[in-house]
Amino acid sequence: MSERMRTPERAAAQLRQLYGGYGYAPFKVQKFERYDLYAEFRRFLESEQILTFTDTDGRLMAMKPDVTLSIVKDTLGGEMRKVFYHENVYREQRRGEGFKEIPQMGLECIGDLDAYSVGEVVMLAARSLEAISSRCILDVSHLGVVSGVLEGRVMTDEQRAAIFAAVAAKNTPALKQLCPDESLAEVLTALVSLYGPLGETLEKARIIPLPQKSRNALAQLEMLNRQLEIYGLDFVNLDFSVVNDVDYYDDVVFRGFVEGAAQGVLSGGRYDRLLQRMGKSGGAIGFAVYLDRLERVEQTGAEFDADVLILCPSDSDAALAAETAEAYRRSGKTVRVQRETPEQLRFRQIVKIENGEVTVC
Amino acid sequence: MLNVALPKGRLGEKAYSIMAQAGYECPSLLEPNRKLTFENPETGVRYFWAKPSDVPIYVERGVADVGIAGKDILLEYEPEVYELLDLNIGKCRMCVAGPADFRDDQSRTLRVATKFPHIAKTYYSARGRDISIIKLNGSIEIAPILGLSDVIVDIVETGSTLLENDLAPLQEIFPISARFIANTVSYKFQYQEIRTMAEKLAALV
Repeated sequence: MSERMRTPERAAAQLRQLYGGYGYAPFKVQKFERYDLYAEFRRFLESEQILTFTDTDGRLMAMKPDVTLSIVKDTLGGEMRKVFYHENVYREQRRGEGFKEIPQMGLECIGDLDAYSVGEVVMLAARSLEAISSRCILDVSHLGVVSGVLEGRVMTDEQRAAIFAAVAAKNTPALKQLCPDESLAEVLTALVSLYGPLGETLEKARIIPLPQKSRNALAQLEMLNRQLEIYGLDFVNLDFSVVNDVDYYDDVVFRGFVEGAAQGVLSGGRYDRLLQRMGKSGGAIGFAVYLDRLERVEQTGAEFDADVLILCPSDSDAALAAETAEAYRRSGKTVRVQRETPEQLRFRQIVKIENGEVTVC
Repeated sequence: MLNVALPKGRLGEKAYSIMAQAGYECPSLLEPNRKLTFENPETGVRYFWAKPSDVPIYVERGVADVGIAGKDILLEYEPEVYELLDLNIGKCRMCVAGPADFRDDQSRTLRVATKFPHIAKTYYSARGRDISIIKLNGSIEIAPILGLSDVIVDIVETGSTLLENDLAPLQEIFPISARFIANTVSYKFQYQEIRTMAEKLAALV
């Protein structure tokens, strides 16, 4: 039988099973959300462009550009929630491309977060990648390491943002220019130059002279590493250039990559600060899988549109065409029946029915 | 095998000569022919020439694993790539230029002609100056001469073209040089190859 399920659909089905297996409940989010929510937490969003419209009661509404905010907004403080979602979001992917509908799958764990849950979510992110492709990598970092190094330094918000941008782009020449003193530039350069398996690379990071806050963050990564080792995940790397908005994230962050997709396909982290900003207690960690980016993971597109094309120009042969088509379908083939050969479609085999006779071409 | 996108033109030739010195030569690249890609299996590289402003697109989309692009292009398009090295070649400046005796009448919208609308917009919006962008694709210098714009935002190398037309650089926005960039996903999956290439290049610049 020809394979009709493409990577994004197959992945969605597998991920649903995976998350369910760890007790995460499916969660359906409404398609529209009040615009105010995004205006207030704009920088939490990946793109600041929001598709808005006016509701019948005159309120300004938005087509969801993100799911996490909607889930967090409805969470009461203190309660532990483990949910996953499969939704479409609406945003501009690249500058000038216009709004797109983007299928997204994600998972959130919100509440009195313990070290176990953090490890579980990172492990599920890794397992999600594994379900998509055998050639995958999960990059993990802890924002506390870089922000610890910058803590107490006198600099403007712009300078700080520029330094984080240089860290994200592994742009070491820019770090040299941006940092007010050489020792800071050296430490940051040393951090972003590190890359490799989580356990080994943490050993190397320990040699770099770091302030206490950064050391605490490294200790948390070590604890995470011990858990990931138990799960037997050997494709998790340490990369301090993984950076999310520090207004919302200040802990473990991660990105997932699979070979064949030109950009990262998974992004996540711990966002306790968002909860604090919403006046809620507790912690939260989650991630999203960008299903649209998986379309090109397969090397080739589908070769044929259906296995068999049955050509049946005459109405008097309709019954025979039905019988023939059913016979092919029973043997597991996909069949399309019509009067003449459609242009631009491809079939493995063509069968002609004329005057009560079946001929295989 | 690493796919390398080189910018067509003088900068690309300079960039290739550094690549060749670093041990990634590919003699067929310099032969006069109509081929589009050039491969050297021994050194593990495949080169192709691209329009300079397209290099970051090839790299961001992963068709090229690494590439060489000017900082001007990177700031204009802001592609999601790793910027691993400053090659210190193709040095010039992004400038605001205009008539040498230009006086900015701040009570009017400033008309700015440029090939780099994003850079121009960012620069002026940080200063709160109201501008109107005139996007041109070449011969930018002619715009203020003919009165199409008040000033231009463009690359200035020696300034001689400006001088010949009674124009002068008025403000420097940022210095420019060529950068060695890498696709973020290739960087993970071909870490050793890309790291080695970056280090060999770093030793030469």
